[in-house]
Amino acid sequence: MKIAIASGKGGTGKTTLAVNLASYAAQRAKVLLADLDVEEPNSGIFIAGHLLTEKTIFSMVPVWQQENCLMCGRCTKLCRFNALLQLGEKIIVMPQLCHSCYACSELCPASALPMEGKPLGILRHLKSRDLDFIESKLFIGIEQAVPLISQTLEYMSGNLSDHELELWDSPPGTSCPVITVTNAADFVLLVTEPTPFGLYDLNLTVETMEQLGKPFAVIVNRLGIGNDEVFKYCSKRNISVWTTFPDKRYIAELYSRGELIYPEVPEFRQSLDTILTNLDKIREQL
Amino acid sequence: MKIAFTSKGKGWDDMIDPRFGRTDFLLIWDEEKEELTAFDNRNINSVAHGAGPQTAQKLSEFGAQVLITGNGPGGNALNILSRMDVTIYFGAGSMTISQAYDAYKNNQLQGGNNA
Amino acid sequence: MREIVILSGKGGTGKTSVAGSLALVAGKTAVIADCDVDAADLHLILKPERVKEEDFYSGYIAEIDFQKCSNCGRCLEVCRFGAVQKKKDQYYIDPVKCEGCGYCSYICPRGSIGMSEQKVGKLYHSHIRTGSLMIHASLGIGADNSGKLVARVKKDAQTTAEQNGYKYIIVDGSPGIGCPVISSLSGADFVLLITEPTRSALHDLKRVWELSQRFHLPAGCIINKADLNAEIRAEIEVFLQRNKILHLASLPYDNDFQRAITEGVSLVEYNSSKWSSCFQAIWQELSQTKEN
Repeated sequence: MKIAIASGKGGTGKTTLAVNLASYAAQRAKVLLADLDVEEPNSGIFIAGHLLTEKTIFSMVPVWQQENCLMCGRCTKLCRFNALLQLGEKIIVMPQLCHSCYACSELCPASALPMEGKPLGILRHLKSRDLDFIESKLFIGIEQAVPLISQTLEYMSGNLSDHELELWDSPPGTSCPVITVTNAADFVLLVTEPTPFGLYDLNLTVETMEQLGKPFAVIVNRLGIGNDEVFKYCSKRNISVWTTFPDKRYIAELYSRGELIYPEVPEFRQSLDTILTNLDKIREQL
Repeated sequence: MKIAFTSKGKGWDDMIDPRFGRTDFLLIWDEEKEELTAFDNRNINSVAHGAGPQTAQKLSEFGAQVLITGNGPGGNALNILSRMDVTIYFGAGSMTISQAYDAYKNNQLQGGNNA
Repeated sequence: MREIVILSGKGGTGKTSVAGSLALVAGKTAVIADCDVDAADLHLILKPERVKEEDFYSGYIAEIDFQKCSNCGRCLEVCRFGAVQKKKDQYYIDPVKCEGCGYCSYICPRGSIGMSEQKVGKLYHSHIRTGSLMIHASLGIGADNSGKLVARVKKDAQTTAEQNGYKYIIVDGSPGIGCPVISSLSGADFVLLITEPTRSALHDLKRVWELSQRFHLPAGCIINKADLNAEIRAEIEVFLQRNKILHLASLPYDNDFQRAITEGVSLVEYNSSKWSSCFQAIWQELSQTKEN
């Protein structure tokens, strides 16, 4: 079962939930935790495991072969992403703008643009007892997150499909990277905080999930701050709030040191239990 | 030498545009012919990705050998500019075109390396 | 005119709270640009009153004209994104998966596939209670967040500032290190980095600072929740010193941040005696600092 953990707003506690839930559940079952926030993956800070595999992930981009080229200019006109330019008598490829559609390569009359792999980032696979941890990180300056996310998802479904539970830490926001992750999951947990910012961004994310037709539930973190508008909102929209986590400075301190919360805070464990119980029910329904 | 400026307007008294890729205008000063040409780059605002390289290509079409700008071109633009014979100067962000040109002549701008 | 861009890399460090307070302190001297278009929050503090609204278009989606389509299936053969689907002998394009590359449109033998630009959001010009103006935007769901909308927000902020004689532009930037952040930085005079003493935030601080240095920008930093972890705070301070980043302030972990947001006001309005002087001091530095 594949569960994406997402939030509209950054800093609501997505990663905190993902790492704690994954580590806790791994005490009893085979769990896969994937950090798909490829621009800024942070879960690795909390997971101590040994490295099994590290691989560079590539995207396919065209490479210009001068010898064959007829300088017809079709490729530069075709490309809708401005990834191909003519500079004097040369064709220049801008790999960071390329979306790997293969149009220029396959439509070139002279076969002068074969596709080759360009490094996007690194995928690391670590293991900590019954927890498998996958983290993908974009190289700095690579602008597109989606190709790395897609390939990481493919790697996981190809190599690691025997886990009872998969937890995917998603990027924040509501644009393409989040859509790619949540669209591929079976169920989505939306983490929010009970403040006006949290509510505003939750609403955007809820609308996204509804457009995608993805089943989801809400988790409210940092209960105690803000107000109860978020609960009223969920009640009005018939959205299930599975559990809450308290706003405690001690929790923030543990997080700041890169430590897990549940070993130290019993009420945190109770909330994790609630989530796992509810996930079992979802599994039966799916 | 042909000197290119990223500019907010078409004349010597206009301000340097600190950006490269989405600069409003490119002004080209031909030192030999003493001619100032203005290119309106504002169509670039409809481009989603790849604004920098498109503007760099324009620069190549004008045959500029020196570029004077504010903050300096971003990564994608630099990728294209580095393949051209262009020397880039930056730090002219709060100057007029005229002031920027004087600063360049007096070695007061930063950069000066081929990209 | 001086443009100050506020970034954090990681979400939740208090970037928007800082932007809100600086907007109040700067008052009528600064135009505010909210470039966090994916999850714009600054309006919840600044409560902008809209004066102008404009639809924003970006990115293309392919669409099949069923009248012209001959069901040859060539589009399905060429699409690399799984966007072409066949249901009951008719081909459809899934707008969520379509990348807008135009390959199918180019090769369709009947010319039955058109590319149309998508309305993906809105751009707003608004008045705010400081007596100044705010330029902001909202991006629709699943939209391609390139630098284009951010660039447009900044451009409008600059034009507004020039036309009305504002001395400053304060930009609330996007999180992360991708295109919208790069676009936030282009044309800036100073970058203000907001961080907190956690491993995650320090990690992200370094990445976003590195990105800002491509534009050779002088930088400053505010450490929020500074008393949360003394060890990491010390590491941050060393990082700042080594890289000549101006350490503007260290603010304590304080529930006022959340309380002020809940009431829809900035920190300096929520508790003036506690926060005004510190934000005024920060603004004095930001507005007068000589460039490197």
